Amino acid sequence: MKVLLSWLNDFGPFADPSDESSVETLADEMTALGLAVESIDRIGSGVDGVISAKVLRVEQHPDAAKVRRVWVDAGEGQERHVWCGASNMAAGDVVALATLGTQMPDGRTIERRGILGIDSEGMLCSETELGIGSDGSGIMILPADAPLGVAYTEAIGLEDDVIFDLDLTRNRPDCWSVRGIARDLAAHRRQPLASPPAGADYVEGAERSVPVALEAGDRCGRFTTTVLSNLAVTESPEWIARRLTSVGMRPINNVVDASNYVMLELGQPNHAYDHDAVSSGLRIRQAKSDERITTLDGVERVCVTDDLLICDASDAPVGIGGVMGGADSEIADSTTEVALEVAWFESMGIMRTATRHALRSEASARYERGVDPAVADDAIQRFASLLALTCPNLVLHAGTVDERGSALPSTERSVEVRVSAVNRVLGTEFIADDLPPLLDRLGLRVAIDDDRMSVAIPSWRPDISGEIDVVEEVARMFGYDRLGRSVPRAAVHGHLSAAQRRRRELRRVLVGLGVSEAMPNPFVASDTMALAGVDGPTMRILNPLVAEESALRTSLRPGLLAAVAHNEHHRREGVSLFEIGHVYPPGDGDLPDEYEALCVVLAGRNAHDAVAAWREIAAALGTGAMIDQGTRPGGLHPTRSAVLRSGRDVIGVIGEIAPDVAGRFGVSERVAVFEVRLDGILASEPRPASHRVVSRMPTSDLDLAFVMPDDTPAERLERALRQAAGDLLVSCELFDVYRGQGVDPGTRSLAFRLRLQQRERNITDADIAAVRERCIAGAERLDATLRG
Amino acid sequence: MIDDIRSACDEALAAVASAHLDVVDQLHAELLGKRSHLSGMKAKLGSLDAEERRVAGSALNQAMASVSAAIDERRAQAQRAALEARIDAERLDLTEAPPVGRRGHLHLVTQAWEQLEDVFVGLGFTVAEGPEVETDWYNFEALNMGEGHPARGEFDTLFVGRSDNELPGESGILLRTHTSPVQIRAMLAQEPPIHIVAPGRVFRRDTPDATHMPVFHQIEGLVVDRDITMADLAGTIEAFTRAFFGEEFTSRLRPSYFPFTEPSAEFDVRRPDGSWLELGGCGMVHPEVLRAGGLDPEQWSGFAFGFGIDRMAVMRHGVSDIRDMYVNDIRFIEQF
Repeated sequence: MKVLLSWLNDFGPFADPSDESSVETLADEMTALGLAVESIDRIGSGVDGVISAKVLRVEQHPDAAKVRRVWVDAGEGQERHVWCGASNMAAGDVVALATLGTQMPDGRTIERRGILGIDSEGMLCSETELGIGSDGSGIMILPADAPLGVAYTEAIGLEDDVIFDLDLTRNRPDCWSVRGIARDLAAHRRQPLASPPAGADYVEGAERSVPVALEAGDRCGRFTTTVLSNLAVTESPEWIARRLTSVGMRPINNVVDASNYVMLELGQPNHAYDHDAVSSGLRIRQAKSDERITTLDGVERVCVTDDLLICDASDAPVGIGGVMGGADSEIADSTTEVALEVAWFESMGIMRTATRHALRSEASARYERGVDPAVADDAIQRFASLLALTCPNLVLHAGTVDERGSALPSTERSVEVRVSAVNRVLGTEFIADDLPPLLDRLGLRVAIDDDRMSVAIPSWRPDISGEIDVVEEVARMFGYDRLGRSVPRAAVHGHLSAAQRRRRELRRVLVGLGVSEAMPNPFVASDTMALAGVDGPTMRILNPLVAEESALRTSLRPGLLAAVAHNEHHRREGVSLFEIGHVYPPGDGDLPDEYEALCVVLAGRNAHDAVAAWREIAAALGTGAMIDQGTRPGGLHPTRSAVLRSGRDVIGVIGEIAPDVAGRFGVSERVAVFEVRLDGILASEPRPASHRVVSRMPTSDLDLAFVMPDDTPAERLERALRQAAGDLLVSCELFDVYRGQGVDPGTRSLAFRLRLQQRERNITDADIAAVRERCIAGAERLDATLRG
Repeated sequence: MIDDIRSACDEALAAVASAHLDVVDQLHAELLGKRSHLSGMKAKLGSLDAEERRVAGSALNQAMASVSAAIDERRAQAQRAALEARIDAERLDLTEAPPVGRRGHLHLVTQAWEQLEDVFVGLGFTVAEGPEVETDWYNFEALNMGEGHPARGEFDTLFVGRSDNELPGESGILLRTHTSPVQIRAMLAQEPPIHIVAPGRVFRRDTPDATHMPVFHQIEGLVVDRDITMADLAGTIEAFTRAFFGEEFTSRLRPSYFPFTEPSAEFDVRRPDGSWLELGGCGMVHPEVLRAGGLDPEQWSGFAFGFGIDRMAVMRHGVSDIRDMYVNDIRFIEQF
């Protein structure tokens, strides 16, 4: 919210607008009170070097039609000569002259620059050039009676002022008004809250009422109407118009401006109706379904029964309660009598209506947060006294109608507060007597009874309803920066869990393998999973920002494939990427079966590379899984893929992306991939490996090549050989795979090197021969025959 | 005899000196072996009388020793030459090195995340985690934002369902809008004292721009124990500030509002140049939140704080557009 320093000072004083440091101090003070100052704008300080000057005469440039020679007098009684491109000035006008050396807001410096050998001794300025208005069409003409040779700001009566833009929190509706902010400041400085200069006197008139039928008392807690007559619609006093303008409101006329002024100053929205239109009464009721009203902004609104309407005597809606008046409710230039509505609406209802109609007004913004239910009387009087400034014969009629509804909060609320509770939360050592001075100027009236205090809550603080709310006020007024600083003694030592350590280890291994981490979006389009060949339903995002993000992924593959495609398109083929992230397949209940997964993609590589990488990772984490090529995972290359099994459970898939899937994602490279569930892997930390003494006995290598049908996995043969070698085995490696001449089609030769060792003695030829026999026998059971 | 020995020795030494380096290994057998001239002379010693044999024998031994030494020297020479030849032949311009496999890189968010975890672990915290798809109860209700609470509207929640026909919010399932649900889960899961931080991914219905992503990351802290005060909060924030940013940085708290803490504060970090960085929100855990976590606010008190991880990541490296971190462009990833 924007607040003007001069306006605040009506309740102050708080700072001198022309004193930089006092403005800074005030800004810091507001921030320290929780009224965060987002920006500080200075107005009226003007551009140094621009002074008022009177036009003496104007001459056309002999050759250039658009250039004029202007002679001006800046009050020194001597002529100055300037060239000027505008033509809206005439002899006798007072204008703004930028003298030589002036630094203009746009960065230019005014220099003595001649045309046709004749110097220009300055420049005449437009409003735009001075940064004070939008009119750049001609030279700014100052009031004819303005003194000459003075700063143009002084000449037009522009005073130094400061606009603070505050970022107010939701719990402080009272600060959506100048008076509310001033009250906090005054309380903090322990200075009285001053009364602003009164407007003008008005006449109390005979009773004249606009009856109110309040039918929705649960939504409208208070509805008052007051009749004012003998007014004339005209312009507002200049200072009112200027204050409204500076905080972003357009001055309309004296009646509307007074209404807005009261709202900004006291936080009480209000509305002035032409009396003739509503003299028979107003009715406040919930809307009928599909009832229509055109609001002030010219938009026709279709209501639902949850909307609240203000209707005239014929039951025609004249406004949406607390949000915006109807287009027909505006006063006319000929209006001489108004009915002023000052009401209190329940905030949640206003919020629903404002949201539903996407219609946020200054009024709804205040009602949504909560308006002081007791400020109506002040608002009515303030409106009258401001309007009387332009309407000296204004009559405020007795007979204000003040209807109350059940929604009106009690204005007699109090909270029990224990001094011990204050100290317990804040770590302070207050005694009871310390607290009233901190609280009373906020309007919180404290009655002390030993440790217990009874704190009466003012009507403008709906946010305070419990002990802890008062504790916060104490902290705020005492100053957060004055509370001590200590560090709690942790009874536990800080550490990462085993799973968290293992996750870090995993990332380090992946990086070591040359794989980089990507973070694709977990949101996917409805058909993305199907396109990736991942079966099964997905959880839906019910209010997605865009349709491409309307489902939750059930696999990490699509995101990484898109990343591979992106890099390919930027001539970076062959990227290796991984993601550790959550996937969200639907579960039995409303919540998905969310779990953490790892996916690795190796562009330009084949399934063997995927297996090699997986084995490296599995070894590093002390885990493992069986590669079951008998089950074909969806989306992967049908003859180059497998599922990873841990016992009976499928924990992942491995192989290559199916060529058609890769194509759908814009990937032209071969992509090796594996994706595994991480929850189990990270949770089961293996026991530390026990040390085995490295034997000093000699080792002997045994090379064996077997021919085995293609459909039997090499891994099974390896397992058989390992079993056959038993305790003698040091290592077993597949070092050659051969298909071709000499080996039957449908089979291949697999060559293994077994390194053997007797741990306690020299290995003998007999030992090696025995292993060899057992290996051959084991291989035979797999239909593998020793290659001769 | 002596003369014969001397001449045989000279002959052998000449042979060693002139031997080609390739055949140096055969010299021993040739010149000192059984069939060598010198060995042959040894056999003849027997025919000499005792005195002569002693003199001749000694001379012969000396001769053989000197030849053997010459052979060793020649062999060493050969090895040196071979080594030099090899070294010469193996000359390599090291700057011709072709690139080997590229090292992988961790995501910027992960780097910041782990760094933050490390700092908090050092301050005595453990790290808690929670699900990303949450219930309304954990995300709002238990955090003192009951149904219809106005603050809910500020979170721009993304709602989740099993079918597109559901109305947003109908099932009470949503993508967590902050990491605060982990506070509730932690309180329900363990008795105080609780000292946890909860880093994690959070979601808002926010159009991406240079400083906002609909999917981003936060870290949340929660301390609950007996007699935890707001001074403990301020002290912990200060300790974190110095540990993470450096000793020349300080912090301040200023009043703010969050439904789940009271008193609430924003915390700012003061840079050495005197400027302020708005970092995050914090406050004393609201009594209603303690109750939702199954704790009696008369017995226990606590504080909580939270801030964005993504912002830490981009700030550290001068990344001007947060979206760049999520394009997964290898040319970006490899920079860090």
